[in-house]
Amino acid sequence: MDEAIRRFVQDGDVIVIEGFTHLICFAAAHEIIRQRRRDLTVCRLTPDLIYDQLIGAGCVRRLVFSWAGNPGAGPLYALRRAVEQGIPNPIELEEYSHYGMVARLTAGAARLPFYPLRNYMGSDLPRVNPSIKTVVCPFTGEELAAVPALNPDTAIIHAQRADENGNAQIWGLIGVQKEAAFASRNTIVVAEEIVSENVIRSDPNRTLIPGMIVSAVVHEPFGCHPSFAQGFYDRDNDFYVRWREISQNEALFNKYLEEWVYGLRDRAEYVRRMGAQIDRLRAQPHYCEPVNYGY
Amino acid sequence: MAIDGPHFSPEELMVCQAARQLRDGEVVFVGIGLPNLACNLARRLHAPKLVLIYESGAVGADPKRLPISIGDPSLVTNSLGVFSMFDVFSFYLQRGLIDVGFLQGVQIDRFGNLNTTVIGDYQHPKVRLPGSGGACEIAILAKRVFIIAPQSKRSFPERVDFITSPGFVDGPEGRRKLGLPGGGPVMVITNLGCYEFSDGEMVLTSLHPGCTVEQVRENTGWDVRISPQLKTTEVPHDAELRIIREDLDPSHLFLAHH
Repeated sequence: MDEAIRRFVQDGDVIVIEGFTHLICFAAAHEIIRQRRRDLTVCRLTPDLIYDQLIGAGCVRRLVFSWAGNPGAGPLYALRRAVEQGIPNPIELEEYSHYGMVARLTAGAARLPFYPLRNYMGSDLPRVNPSIKTVVCPFTGEELAAVPALNPDTAIIHAQRADENGNAQIWGLIGVQKEAAFASRNTIVVAEEIVSENVIRSDPNRTLIPGMIVSAVVHEPFGCHPSFAQGFYDRDNDFYVRWREISQNEALFNKYLEEWVYGLRDRAEYVRRMGAQIDRLRAQPHYCEPVNYGY
Repeated sequence: MAIDGPHFSPEELMVCQAARQLRDGEVVFVGIGLPNLACNLARRLHAPKLVLIYESGAVGADPKRLPISIGDPSLVTNSLGVFSMFDVFSFYLQRGLIDVGFLQGVQIDRFGNLNTTVIGDYQHPKVRLPGSGGACEIAILAKRVFIIAPQSKRSFPERVDFITSPGFVDGPEGRRKLGLPGGGPVMVITNLGCYEFSDGEMVLTSLHPGCTVEQVRENTGWDVRISPQLKTTEVPHDAELRIIREDLDPSHLFLAHH
């Protein structure tokens, strides 16, 4: 992880760490904080705790997003401190709706300049975001909303399993990870398990990201905690609720970073430090019926 | 737990009232919080064939626990299908497959416009709220929209500070003029009563038991229209309360029980 971040996340870069509630790679964000990256433009539909931490740690100059809250548990206070009081540094906001962000990454992935949508009529979002424009359909004459392609420098995508070439398989919520990976110049795949290419080839429909667009592969078990990995571990809802208190208080926030980020060498140490706590999150077995790929 | 008699909280009544609006077999785009509870309640009662779609990608979800977030793993296990967010927004919502969108608002105005972006000026907000998420496109594209919102003079201003998700925009012709494909809001459920829409404007059509028209006027930022056929909202039934308290939200995550 140390090497992947060192090589593919530079000061001033545009990055996207995706995963909708599921498979959010906190291990990568913590490494970015440890390496003290600065002036990043961070893109994500739901900034979640992961970008609250990056923002509070002073890594971020600009946030591109569509819903900024602590899901099910209130606001993101580090983000609010940065926006409302410029602590630890002021940040710029560029705001869309979910569909707008999805469309931006879809255009980016297909190397198109924009994506058309039937959206935003009557909303004030285009008034405060000049990048939400309209376009006239050359076939029907209809006016549609248009959002520009988003092409980040680096995408960081967590998968349940990948082979050493980066062919990555994800099941459960797949969000916008495929679009984010194809849209970006570099993709770092982080996986709960590194498996042989034969395992990937045994179930080709489950491959979401092909190795050909992957720049680095990192093995990082429990790399998503407090987010979840379907079939591996549950979401740590208690931590999301506790974050409300931690992020609300700047001193508690900084103490958290000292104890759980700066004070640790890597994710393996984080997992050791969690100790038995992690066991209560381990997933129950719930297997699907096998399918026959034969002919 | 004794749950006989008319003992229920305003939130419980709101959830029950919201659940009753859903018809069996409909396709619902489910939002976080109380809407999530209402949809799961309806599925366990009169609408077992209700299809729950979450913006996280779960279609036909069958959660065995109340999902705390709309991306909970329990939405995936045993669902009919899991799709990318592009699929959900393009092929389900924009294509016109969503019968009902369920939204929550921080501010709502007489035309049913919702604000979840900022209180105050956008550049210098008094309070920065989460933003749209999928609410903007749901408000524009769903066939019918239901809104659950706690009511106060501050949260029910004459015009919202920021239209995140449009209702009837500026009046009866607002949606048609701008070409919004969906039908717009049909009901707003608050802690005081229920509103339906006439000429693009909210009209109080039922009062919750114990609430008065005066209270409603005191907590509304405009001269609110009252239906001449004003009814009293049906109270929650024991069966509804039992499911909410024992099954859906036993740890009071979303609802303070009475």
